[in-house]
Amino acid sequence: MSVRVTFASRSSQIGTALAAFALLVLAAAPAWGGRDDLQLLSQLYAYVALASLWNLLAGYAGLVSVGQQAYVGLGAYLLFACAILAGLSPLAAIPVAGVIAAIVAIPVAGLVFRLRGHYFAIGTWIVADVFRLIASQLSVLGGGSGTSLPASLVIAIAPTRQMRDFIEYWIALALVVAVLALIVLLLRSRHGLALKAIRDSELAATCNGVDVMRIKILVYIVTASATAMIGAFVFLQKLRISPDAAFSVNDWTAFVIFITVIGGIGRIEGPIIGSIIFFVLRQTLAELGTIYLMMLGTVAILVMLLAPKGIWGLIVDRLGWQVFPLERRVLLDGDSATAAGTKPS
Amino acid sequence: MSESLAPPLLAVRQLDAFYGDFQALFDLSMEVRSGEAVAVIGANGAGKSTLLKTIAGLLQARPEAIVFDGEPIGDKPAYAIAARGVALVPEGRRLFPSLSVEENLLLGGQLKRHGPWNLRSVYELFPVLGERRDLPSTALSGGQQQMVAIARGLMSNPKLLLCDEISLGLAPIVVREIYARLPAILAAGTSVVLVEQDIVQALKAAQRVYCLQEGWVALTGAAKDLSRETIAAAYFGM
Amino acid sequence: MIDWFNVILQGVLVGGLYAMFAAGLSLIFGVMRLVNIAHGDLIVLAAYIALVTTEALGIGPLVSLLLVVPIMAAIGYALQRLILNRTLGEDLLPPLLVTFGLSVIIQNGLLTLFTADDRKLQAGSIDVATVRLFEGVYVGILPFLQFVVAIAVIAALQFIFYRTALGRAFRATADSQEVAQLMGLDNRHVFALAMALSLAVVAIAGVFLAIRADFDPSIGPARLIFGFEAVIIGGLGSLWGTFVGGLVLGVAQAIGAHINPGWQILAGHIAFLVILAVRPEGLFARVRG
Repeated sequence: MSVRVTFASRSSQIGTALAAFALLVLAAAPAWGGRDDLQLLSQLYAYVALASLWNLLAGYAGLVSVGQQAYVGLGAYLLFACAILAGLSPLAAIPVAGVIAAIVAIPVAGLVFRLRGHYFAIGTWIVADVFRLIASQLSVLGGGSGTSLPASLVIAIAPTRQMRDFIEYWIALALVVAVLALIVLLLRSRHGLALKAIRDSELAATCNGVDVMRIKILVYIVTASATAMIGAFVFLQKLRISPDAAFSVNDWTAFVIFITVIGGIGRIEGPIIGSIIFFVLRQTLAELGTIYLMMLGTVAILVMLLAPKGIWGLIVDRLGWQVFPLERRVLLDGDSATAAGTKPS
Repeated sequence: MSESLAPPLLAVRQLDAFYGDFQALFDLSMEVRSGEAVAVIGANGAGKSTLLKTIAGLLQARPEAIVFDGEPIGDKPAYAIAARGVALVPEGRRLFPSLSVEENLLLGGQLKRHGPWNLRSVYELFPVLGERRDLPSTALSGGQQQMVAIARGLMSNPKLLLCDEISLGLAPIVVREIYARLPAILAAGTSVVLVEQDIVQALKAAQRVYCLQEGWVALTGAAKDLSRETIAAAYFGM
Repeated sequence: MIDWFNVILQGVLVGGLYAMFAAGLSLIFGVMRLVNIAHGDLIVLAAYIALVTTEALGIGPLVSLLLVVPIMAAIGYALQRLILNRTLGEDLLPPLLVTFGLSVIIQNGLLTLFTADDRKLQAGSIDVATVRLFEGVYVGILPFLQFVVAIAVIAALQFIFYRTALGRAFRATADSQEVAQLMGLDNRHVFALAMALSLAVVAIAGVFLAIRADFDPSIGPARLIFGFEAVIIGGLGSLWGTFVGGLVLGVAQAIGAHINPGWQILAGHIAFLVILAVRPEGLFARVRG
């Protein structure tokens, strides 16, 4: 009797096909969308990426960080530093920011990993604040009030504004696809199995030989690097940076957390759903200003108390759907991969 | 043998108990009359601790499955049951490590129920505790910790004291010393349920015995009426 | 030389305020292992409640304590009982996210009600009164009073924790919720009382914050961070450790500010990170299982 492990299920096959179709449509957006649409979609992609990364960190590795804005800001400042101080093309600066952020993340991990649980969370926040304060002191990059990307470098990306919009849009799309692909591949690997084990029970995972600490540090560094690249892109598109904007807790942590919680923690589809909902809400309600933020906070609390697995979690529990083929199923001889009745693992 | 016409202090009726999907007790019935000591024996996994935890309210059941002092308490939370006069001495002692001996006792007495037990009388019962009253509870020997746990239960002046495996891990001489206090506890007006692995001790201390096997009552009777063989048969399910 | 003495003195005095920020946090960590991200925002809420009561009733800020403390304690009891008790358990995320949501709600609620304008409570003459210690060194009466109150608060909390039935209930419930229930303690009630006590301390901290400095709805998170840093520097599980942690933080910030005003908060963070690197359990950690 032979046994094999498969990731596919019928719903995931349908889901993957739909996702591929959606990707084609979105890649062609410059053809059918206007400037505002492209910008909105870029922001959506950035949030999907940031939320997916936060989800990887908190939902899978169990590292609840309220300090990821440290890397968003770090990536952004590295981009501006490379562009302004080293004359590097902003496009090339994005991956450079990713690499440097990964290196910075190592000693940071060494410090914050001395704290556990809730204390870890606030520790990450303090680190982010340290980055913000240091950035405020860097007069060469505008100090407390910030600076703009030099026009010459902006022109260097592409000669026309429309071309720049297209290129930035495709970069955003490429980044979010890369982040999602990275996460899917990671979770399908044996590291991913280890992560799921950690998510379910850290103690049991350790007893089964999983090197929990090493995996957590790895995930932290990878997440930091990717977050920095997203941050670099976001501020490339904004063309202007300041410490408060780059390291904003509200923009890069509060919203990201709300998106992930409302969409569904610990599942890849969650941040996508959550981001869409968030943007719909924002488009319709944002003029309410502070009331909008209070509503967001209330919704997050209600979701946490009443539906802790978020909206996608509810859907999965009821219907067993998955879009991304990630759940491992053991098939025996003769079983069909698309047999009905997938039970999420 | 006198038949008491008064209703029993504790009546357990057709009790089912579950840990999630796993059923630990099946249709279990037993009773404890005022002033008596009842032993509950059985092999590991027979459900003895589960029974005590359910009576004490750590596990929920149907309200009428457990009737204490005339009142159905099966679905009440543990703190409400403690307030009605049921005290559990948990398996493994489970003293509060952050508290000293005396603080553990005071905690036990914070319900302020009326009765003969207070700091002075429990120190009379277990003098060695008085000598160590300010030490952290974890600094005592196993036997002394067991005494603290029992005294802590008494401090709430319970009508019913549930003792879960008080002989566990203790030397026989220490066990005897602890059981020697039992008559004083009964005389002061507290009925006792003794869950025990030490069958000899249990039979000596109790008037009646229930033998559990995989969640149901395999045997019950007066301690002096049951022979070794009958008990062994029920214990091991032969 | 005198200059540095002044700096350290001011740092010590403000450290008392930080210790008060931290004491409420420390209490809640200890009793129910909860991190209340809204803690700083609750301090600011207390400041605004003090503002409203002093303006509406025409009383002084210190007198307003008589109202603000019970109001905040009641809010704490209700908050714990109605919302936060539901989040307690093995999982980290629910209490963290719910208190994060609360933080956002409180900040924006205050912003809606009071706008982002700076406010300050006037304490009358003691606001600026100073006493001359010796040549060149002056101590403000208000900072000194605040320092003394901080000591009194910590001492009172120690007393409650270690010498009263309530404190025993706190410690026992923190040790084992299940066994505490067996003793007749209703956990929901015990936790709610702990939060009420925490917010009573927050109320005192908030009123003194309001007298001492300008405040607006957004300054909550920084107070949370200062409180947290004080707790970690001092060591988990020790209230007097938290007090010393507050002093260390205050002094670090004062030294940083003296070198360069823009470095004040950064200096505090660095002190925190150094302690974290070199002695992560804090200066006075009480070893807990």
